[in-house]
Amino acid sequence: MTYILKPKMHHPDLPKNARGFTRRDYEGRVSTLCAGCGHDSISAAIVQSCFELDIEPHRLAKMSGIGCSSKTPDYFLGQSHGFNSVHGRMPSVLTGANLANRDLIYLGVSGDGDSASIGLGQFAHSIRRGVNMCYIVENNGVYGLTKGQFSATSDKGSKSKKGVENTESGIDLVALALQLGATYVGRSFSGDKDQLVPLIKGALSHHGPAVLDVISPCVAFNNHAGSTKSFDYVREHNEAVNRLDVILGRTPITADYAPGTVTEVTQHDGSTLRLRKLEESYDATNRIGAMNYLQERHAAGEVVTGLLFVDPDATDLHDRLGTTDVALNKLGTKELSPGAAALAKINDALR
Amino acid sequence: MPEHVTTAPLAAVNDFVVKFANVNGSGSASANGLFAKAIIRMGVPVSARNIFPSNIQGLPTWYEVRVTEAGHLGRRGGVDISVALNPQTWDDDVAEIVPGGYLFYDNTRPMPASKFRDDITVIGVPLTTICNEAYKLPRERQLFKNIAYVGALSWLIGIDTEVVEKVLAEEFASKAKLIGANIQAFNLGRTWAKENLKPIGLQLRHADAVGDRIFVEGNNAAALGAVYGGATVCAWYPITPSTSLAEGFMEHCEALRTNEDGSKRYAIVQAEDEIASIGIVVGAGWNGARAFTCTSGPGISLMNEFIGLSYFAEIPAVIFDVQRGGPSTGMPTRTQQSDLLLAAYASHGDTKHIMLLPADPSECFEMGAVAFDLADRFQTTVFVMLDLDIGMQEWLVEPFKWDDAREIDRGKVITFEDLEAGKEFGRYMDVDHDGVPYRTYPGTHPTRGAFFTRGTSRNRAAGYSEKGVDYQYNMERLLAKFATAARTVPAPVVRQAKRKTKSAVIYFGSTTPAMHEALEALETQGHHLDAMRVRAFPFPQEVFDFIHAHDEVFLVEQNRDAQLRTLVVTEGGIDPAQLTPVLHYDGAPITARFLIDAIGKRMSASNPIREMAE
Repeated sequence: MTYILKPKMHHPDLPKNARGFTRRDYEGRVSTLCAGCGHDSISAAIVQSCFELDIEPHRLAKMSGIGCSSKTPDYFLGQSHGFNSVHGRMPSVLTGANLANRDLIYLGVSGDGDSASIGLGQFAHSIRRGVNMCYIVENNGVYGLTKGQFSATSDKGSKSKKGVENTESGIDLVALALQLGATYVGRSFSGDKDQLVPLIKGALSHHGPAVLDVISPCVAFNNHAGSTKSFDYVREHNEAVNRLDVILGRTPITADYAPGTVTEVTQHDGSTLRLRKLEESYDATNRIGAMNYLQERHAAGEVVTGLLFVDPDATDLHDRLGTTDVALNKLGTKELSPGAAALAKINDALR
Repeated sequence: MPEHVTTAPLAAVNDFVVKFANVNGSGSASANGLFAKAIIRMGVPVSARNIFPSNIQGLPTWYEVRVTEAGHLGRRGGVDISVALNPQTWDDDVAEIVPGGYLFYDNTRPMPASKFRDDITVIGVPLTTICNEAYKLPRERQLFKNIAYVGALSWLIGIDTEVVEKVLAEEFASKAKLIGANIQAFNLGRTWAKENLKPIGLQLRHADAVGDRIFVEGNNAAALGAVYGGATVCAWYPITPSTSLAEGFMEHCEALRTNEDGSKRYAIVQAEDEIASIGIVVGAGWNGARAFTCTSGPGISLMNEFIGLSYFAEIPAVIFDVQRGGPSTGMPTRTQQSDLLLAAYASHGDTKHIMLLPADPSECFEMGAVAFDLADRFQTTVFVMLDLDIGMQEWLVEPFKWDDAREIDRGKVITFEDLEAGKEFGRYMDVDHDGVPYRTYPGTHPTRGAFFTRGTSRNRAAGYSEKGVDYQYNMERLLAKFATAARTVPAPVVRQAKRKTKSAVIYFGSTTPAMHEALEALETQGHHLDAMRVRAFPFPQEVFDFIHAHDEVFLVEQNRDAQLRTLVVTEGGIDPAQLTPVLHYDGAPITARFLIDAIGKRMSASNPIREMAE
């Protein structure tokens, strides 16, 4: 394991966003992952997304579990608090953090081992509970840190580096997320930044459980012929349903996109998702349609990418619980401790 | 109408034990509760215990009420009046009655003579017949039969009718129709008894021995303590005997923490399991909210990994462990103090945790609040170790107290202002030489104070490090922090013997009332013991000093393996030979009679003259 300090010097001409931050302000430490790892591309996409969304770094908390993917929060957003927690349990830690302070943005980073195996229960329950979060699964179909075991998202019939064939059915986290009630569901590919950045921006702006399954080939253990999560396999089998751009309500940006059918979806926070439809029939606001489409394409051997579903009127856990607008961690003695007079009444009722 | 009596019937005023044997789900609980409450309202203390199965309907359940003007609130042992209304447990219930005691039963159906004893007084009341004549609906016949037996008993032992009517009026204040119906049922039983039976030798008299005490369950009290202590996040998973703690928190919060617009100054999540529960607590604690979960031993087993993370990453968390019989699912509805070792050293690696050991519901309230201050001050998990006996039984205890000048103590938190002023921040530095570092909450400052929390090794500035020196520095600092905690946690309570003695006893938690009663009785037998009630782990130095000041120290615990003794030996380097375990672990709460017998015998045998010349 290396521990390398990155120079903090900024070039004075680096462009700044509306909050006065440069792209460098969103970077973290130097990655210690293998050269060419798909996860580093995702980290770069996160950096770009946060820069473009003008997020103040300290207003975002980055959470992860254990594994290669879960190490990455150290490699982006160095000025944000981060929490590298317990294997498979990031969703519960994120849920608690979110309950404590509803004012921050919560970015959960996980992997396929972390979310589909040991943490499948927490993945499922955080989604059905409606936690407001951007949950990114960096999905390589393999256990990298422990050197190449199949994960639960490995497709049945895919081969390990040693040539062993996986005989167990793969779990499709996107299909699960749709069924469990996620209100923003997308899939992308670490090697497709043009598609990935807008998806992340949309997820970070979404008010509710947003799940992104990002196929991210493992250069060490899962980027060979026979793997269904390799760069080549995904490029050949990618079936993008749409191209997405996010426009924040407060930022007037003129669209510079190729003509085509464009649908605008306004999210809870006022941001607008512009979906450039590649598939004429695809409607990203139809959950059942998304589930059917996903299954059909999967049966045809295709990996569907893009924004599969969004519910623009989504609610989150706080809405459901009816929590006060003030972050719970900002309440003081006066708001929390009912005092001696109230206690006297309680005592009386117990006599 | 006494039949077959060869031993003189017991006679006493305000000092006896009544045990009700019922079938669960039959509605007996509220009638039995009425019985206990009415006696308290007559100014006579009671200690009441519900003994129940892991079941909703059809299995045996008991309710034991000790009437004790002297204020002995532990279990005494033995039954003076058995109200035997469950045919399934009849033989055991009859066998348990002390010679000279009384058996009360429904004699609607005749019982063979072999089912009785000739050294007790048998009292039959045709409850079924009475209720079948008075009520048409089967549900009414069943429910009011319960109130009717309380009515009959009230005549036999002298419960004041007016008091009962008052309690019923309060109980059903929101359902006025039920007040009259219940009073009618009560009088049905009482009138029949008055016309057919004479009062028995065990009698109640109005007294003034209750004072301003309250009658409350420990779980309810601990939940209220959590409200007063400023807990805002509760994540939990249902498990007996802790469920009513989470439910109590819900009820108290609804009443005390709801804004005028209906929004809530709290958040409660029923999680998918105990692992998620503690994960939510750790996430909330990391982010600066006061958070807790409540569970029992099996839940602690599941939470172990997170508890280690809380210890090592230094994140406040409060866990209420309402202990029950283990291992495995063990005796889920019976009491024990058998999670001490599990909690004290929970998780992998070198870990130690703070535990608070409340003795009764009043202390559950106090410790339920103070646990959150300790968790924030020491940035670690704090266990509040209740047990089923404290948690799920109503105890007559001192009223809850709160000082309005008390402020929530958030511990060492670096604020936006501190960071603006350029205050140095290193997450794991021991700035004050007490082992306790400073922390920042996420979102505090745009450019300063952020750090990366991890369960792996790091340096003082929270940077990743696999260097042995960094790891060791951190582990030693955690020990220093634990030593600071030992000087901060609630101090033990000492009760000196009337004569100077080299014998002593250490006890804790729900053993307390039985221990106090036993100490008085042992004293009258000539056995003098200094006594110390331990209230927290890590042990303050005075615990070890107390042991060193005595030759033989009894350690009373409700578990098999003398777990507190192991902690004392391990943490204090005490010679195990000096510590004599006194262990009670059959799932029923420890009794004064057991303690008097166990300690008295040992003291008489090992050294009949323990007391030193004054």
